[in-house]
Amino acid sequence: MAINLEDPKKFRPLVGQAHQVAMNMLRPISRKYDRAEHAYPKELDMLAAMIDGLSDSGASEGAGAAGVRRDEKPSEQGAGTKNGANLASVMSITEMCWGDVGLLLSMPRQGLGNSAIASVADEEQLKKFDGVWAGMAITEPGTGSDSANIKTTAVLDGDEYVINGEKIYVTSGDRADHIVVWATLDRDLGRAAIKSFVVAKGTPGMRVDRLEHKLGIRASDTATIIFENCRVPKENLLGSPEVDVKQGFAGAMATFDNTRPLVAAMAVGCARAALDLTRGLLAEAGTTVDYDRPAIVQSAAAAKFLQMESDWEGAYLLMLQAAWMADNRQPNSLEASMAKAKAGRVGSDITLSCVELAGSIGYSEAELLEKWSRDSKILDIFEGTQQIQQLIVARRILGLSSAELK
Amino acid sequence: MSLIPSLKPGGRHGVPSSESRDPIGYLVAGLNKLAQSDLLDRVGLRKPAEQAVFTVTRDGFKTLTTASRTFARAGSKGTAGTRPSAAPRTGVFDLTPSEDEQMLVDVVTEYAEEVVRPAAVEADETCEAPESVLKASLEIGLPILGVPEALGGISEERSAMAGTLVAEALAKGDMGLAVATLASGSVATALGLWGTDAQQQTYLPAFTGDDVPAAALALVEPTVLFDVLNPATTARRTADGFVLDGVKSAVARGDKAELFVVGAELEGKPVLFLVESGVAGLSVEGDPSMGVRAAGLTRLTLDGVTVPADAVLGESDGSTYTEAVRLSRLAWCALAVGTAQAVLDYVTPYVKEREAFGEPIAHRQSVAFMVANIAIELQAMRLLTYKAASRAAAGKDFSREVALARKACTDKGMQIGLDGVQLLGGHGYVKEHPVERWYRDLRAIGIMEGTVLV
Repeated sequence: MAINLEDPKKFRPLVGQAHQVAMNMLRPISRKYDRAEHAYPKELDMLAAMIDGLSDSGASEGAGAAGVRRDEKPSEQGAGTKNGANLASVMSITEMCWGDVGLLLSMPRQGLGNSAIASVADEEQLKKFDGVWAGMAITEPGTGSDSANIKTTAVLDGDEYVINGEKIYVTSGDRADHIVVWATLDRDLGRAAIKSFVVAKGTPGMRVDRLEHKLGIRASDTATIIFENCRVPKENLLGSPEVDVKQGFAGAMATFDNTRPLVAAMAVGCARAALDLTRGLLAEAGTTVDYDRPAIVQSAAAAKFLQMESDWEGAYLLMLQAAWMADNRQPNSLEASMAKAKAGRVGSDITLSCVELAGSIGYSEAELLEKWSRDSKILDIFEGTQQIQQLIVARRILGLSSAELK
Repeated sequence: MSLIPSLKPGGRHGVPSSESRDPIGYLVAGLNKLAQSDLLDRVGLRKPAEQAVFTVTRDGFKTLTTASRTFARAGSKGTAGTRPSAAPRTGVFDLTPSEDEQMLVDVVTEYAEEVVRPAAVEADETCEAPESVLKASLEIGLPILGVPEALGGISEERSAMAGTLVAEALAKGDMGLAVATLASGSVATALGLWGTDAQQQTYLPAFTGDDVPAAALALVEPTVLFDVLNPATTARRTADGFVLDGVKSAVARGDKAELFVVGAELEGKPVLFLVESGVAGLSVEGDPSMGVRAAGLTRLTLDGVTVPADAVLGESDGSTYTEAVRLSRLAWCALAVGTAQAVLDYVTPYVKEREAFGEPIAHRQSVAFMVANIAIELQAMRLLTYKAASRAAAGKDFSREVALARKACTDKGMQIGLDGVQLLGGHGYVKEHPVERWYRDLRAIGIMEGTVLV
């Protein structure tokens, strides 16, 4: 084998398909659902059915929200390096988000809760929750990045957990049919007592309180969900019910190692949409980028474009690296955070700079550049803000604990 | 000559041409003249120490190049040379080096740690790579890394990936010495890639033997807004060859070099020419710069230098020249990655040990986040560089990829150099620690063209 950073050859058909879907299905309705916030994108039902079909046929290479599950069994391919479902997932999500991030987030049965289930569930739970659409409920009104501090409680009562608390910013919280909710078994035991529970919609005691009005990703619904003496079967606790103080937070946090590359993929896809369009607009205006000539002898716009494309490619490759490591069963917590940190900040710089380069055309709703620069901002916030990613990277590089580097 | 121009302060000493002096300015300028006069020296007021380093490194030297060996003509002139084959493509995304590459990296890493790094401070000061370092580089086969096996080298296929990994590992020791030890091999690699049979048979035996000549790839010119694809150095066709005129800068070990590859414009296209030292009209002068000093940077002046008709290396339509520029930028990217890794490896323990306000400074987010950003951008630089290198090795077009890598290595590499010094505070500014050298070295990326290639 040799070092090779080209897109995996075997995923070319998959990526090509995703690109066609993004271009022909998502883009035409992109502005419509940006304006009609909270309206259900009914077009997505047919698309979701198609994706399920592809998944059943194996043509999707295991890509999607559930594609982040890591095999327990050693790879049957033997010693060779593997390009698997994690790479397929980030690459297809990149393409879909080149189409529209908000719509990708609204894709039935492709919620972040599905990734959580795939990451932590045992075989029985996997079967039980097969085919569900799961949103993810972690954030609370008083608790954001410090998710170890959540106040929602789960108390075992007979064969059921009784859940109480308020969750905000639940993506697809209204449309999903299940919610993966984080709650603590015992607030005195700290982060080790935090577990995730799958709650089916319609369970008494759980209700959607309201939907947010947002800066971007307006096609995606963001809900506040209230739990009042909500009883869920104890088998719906994902992972082990034991409170292992030594293992601490690792169980629940493992989800993030898997979902962060996916969010990096969203940022990378959205930014590429802006870059692709801007490259075209600049060419129409007579400005092209020459890769061989030094940037300093080209126009300022060309030099800026070169810098953006370089940043973009760096984020893209960090994303591929994180997914590739997951495919090859290497711990990738550091690389997943690096990818998300880089993709998140680069996504904002690129989409905002493209608006600037395109002037009032970029700023106007007549084009999608302004929308992408609103959509991209959330990607530097959810699933761990820029600052949280830097904290994780710093702790890993410096070998410091969360008590030492707060 | 009018007096006015010499009274104007601009155009010299870093003063822009638009500046003018007021009366106080004239007084100060006069005092400065006095301070510079020999009188002070005669009465023994000037510290002798001022001389030693300055005369060698700052004032420079200028000398005609001298031929110390004759390259015996061999091979057939019209025949294409032996070419390394492209590395096979697998289609699988993979960040694992091959076994051979890993072995090479291990050997070079040991050399960089044990031989290069300890020699770096003195080499930076004296602007010269010590003999021991150069000799050891021959022992591990650096000059023939990119030369095909059929021509006495060690590479079975296109060596861009291996060369990139080696340059990175070397630069972890020291960028300046990495350039000094890679310069000869770069010319050998170029001969392997583009030389005719005659050029390969004439020059390569010297590189694969025991007494490897110093050689240099001269593409940069001392011009503001320099565009490497548009060299001011010219080549004029004559009845039996070419005449070259122009000035090249950033030529590594130019005073020692016995063979130059010089970029010049021929009939509207940039072209590479093989120029042997000692030819009439070729002179070299020291050009110590901000960093990469151990490479012994020089300026090469070509004043009506005549070369034979078969001195053209590769195509004369600009394609070989452009390829050389890309491969050279790739090498500089690899050097940036290695140097930036050295910065990260150095600041990591430092910020954990250094205490302020009663605890290690690493416990503060403003410090820790700088380290995190160094790690993030460094890894992005590395992946961008590897992508360009793997495409080059596979014989694919890599112009876009190397441009993106170069942008990242220039900008983020410089930021890493800055942050490296900042994290050590005042300690970073003094020569007791190497971070100030890395700061100076990392400024080279994005300015340098040629000199080394992979």
